[in-house]
Amino acid sequence: MSGEIVSIEEYTARANCTRSCDIAIIGAGPVGLFAVFQAGLLGLKCILVDALERPGGQCSELYPEKPIYDIPAYPVISGQELTDRLMEQIKPFAPEFLYSQQVASLSKTSEGTFELVTTQGISISAPAVFIAAGAGSFVPRKPKVENLAAFEEKSFFYAVRNRNTFLNRDVVIFGGGDSALDWTLDILPQVKSLTLVHRRDKFRAAPASIEAMRKAVEDKRLRLVFGQLNGLAGGDGELETISVKTSDGTIEDLKADRALAFFGLNIELGPIAEWGLNLNSKLIEVDTERFETSTPGIFAIGDINWYPGKLKLILSGFHESALAAQAAFKIARPDEKLVFRYTTSSSDLHEKLGVA
Amino acid sequence: MGYIHVTDRHGKTHNLEAVEGWRVMEIIREHGLPIEAVCGGACECATCHVYVAPEWQEKLFPAREDEEDMLDELPEISQTSRLSCQIIWSQELNGLQLTLAGG
Repeated sequence: MSGEIVSIEEYTARANCTRSCDIAIIGAGPVGLFAVFQAGLLGLKCILVDALERPGGQCSELYPEKPIYDIPAYPVISGQELTDRLMEQIKPFAPEFLYSQQVASLSKTSEGTFELVTTQGISISAPAVFIAAGAGSFVPRKPKVENLAAFEEKSFFYAVRNRNTFLNRDVVIFGGGDSALDWTLDILPQVKSLTLVHRRDKFRAAPASIEAMRKAVEDKRLRLVFGQLNGLAGGDGELETISVKTSDGTIEDLKADRALAFFGLNIELGPIAEWGLNLNSKLIEVDTERFETSTPGIFAIGDINWYPGKLKLILSGFHESALAAQAAFKIARPDEKLVFRYTTSSSDLHEKLGVA
Repeated sequence: MGYIHVTDRHGKTHNLEAVEGWRVMEIIREHGLPIEAVCGGACECATCHVYVAPEWQEKLFPAREDEEDMLDELPEISQTSRLSCQIIWSQELNGLQLTLAGG
């Protein structure tokens, strides 16, 4: 591309369809983040894709407050703090983050580079791919109701994308956490009726939200039912009735044409399983020299990979990212010679780190 | 030494040798039965959900509030639902019967 002159329109159009980088990293957990650092020292640019709307993966989603005791040089650090430190460490390399999307497809082009397309339709072109997906993508946990799929994204939702979806509707919200209560209070003024269904009379949410919710129940603007989802009925994707098994065991049918479920998140391997990589019970087999998968140019690092002796530790993932970055350099810069240097003494690395 | 009896999602029961002091989730995982246990026993993911046989329920330590909070996130639970990472095995639990919840 260097030397080529393109118009602003053309440039924007290109930027909109395909983004190029040296390494496309799937997963912005601690290992994906540290891979940016290791790649950055070698002068390689990264784009990261993550299903969540922020970096950190399990560290920020599952245990942001929980102390971790086995990160070298940190006698104790929380999942969130580790994430924040890694973000600070990779800042000089200005990686691009594509949040709230999964890589839906991965294919090799005739030029030998990989093309990745995300669930938001963004394409990434890269000579090397790092799969740092941990245990998989965080996706909404779904209830086990037989005909659920018929209603999903038509009248049964796991998130609010457009409030108008619920305007003048009979809505049922499932859940007892912050998301359930926040959205209950948010859409309450615009719905025809609203019922909140939760397992028990105990909510894990901000005290102010719980108070506001209870006030709405008192004022009869909101109905609160203790129980769990039992069944869905309706036709053509449109809900008509939601049956709920209440905590005393009786079945109650609620008239409803919209539902929102906040059952927390589940982890799924997702589209990765379909890319023809050698899998060993949901884990991707790699070698221990380059951490490359059965497809040359695609690497797997961190909890998602498997090799004899593998330990699912963050520190193992850090090590794997350093070696994979060396291998990726040879693919992305076939004509350049790689010199091994230390960050303590190399002025070239100091420049890259912005500390020169 | 002792055993736990775990019924898998196909209805087959497995007799698993148990280890004193191990979490029941760890015993199940170590024997290679399908249990996700994504968070590794931190009581943060609810992917080690099991149904304990009613006659054993009373013999277990009651669920703590953080376990109840995680059970709240599951769309389908029963009166005997527990997170197996929160049950520590000891001799008193020799013969414990449970069923793996849907994957």
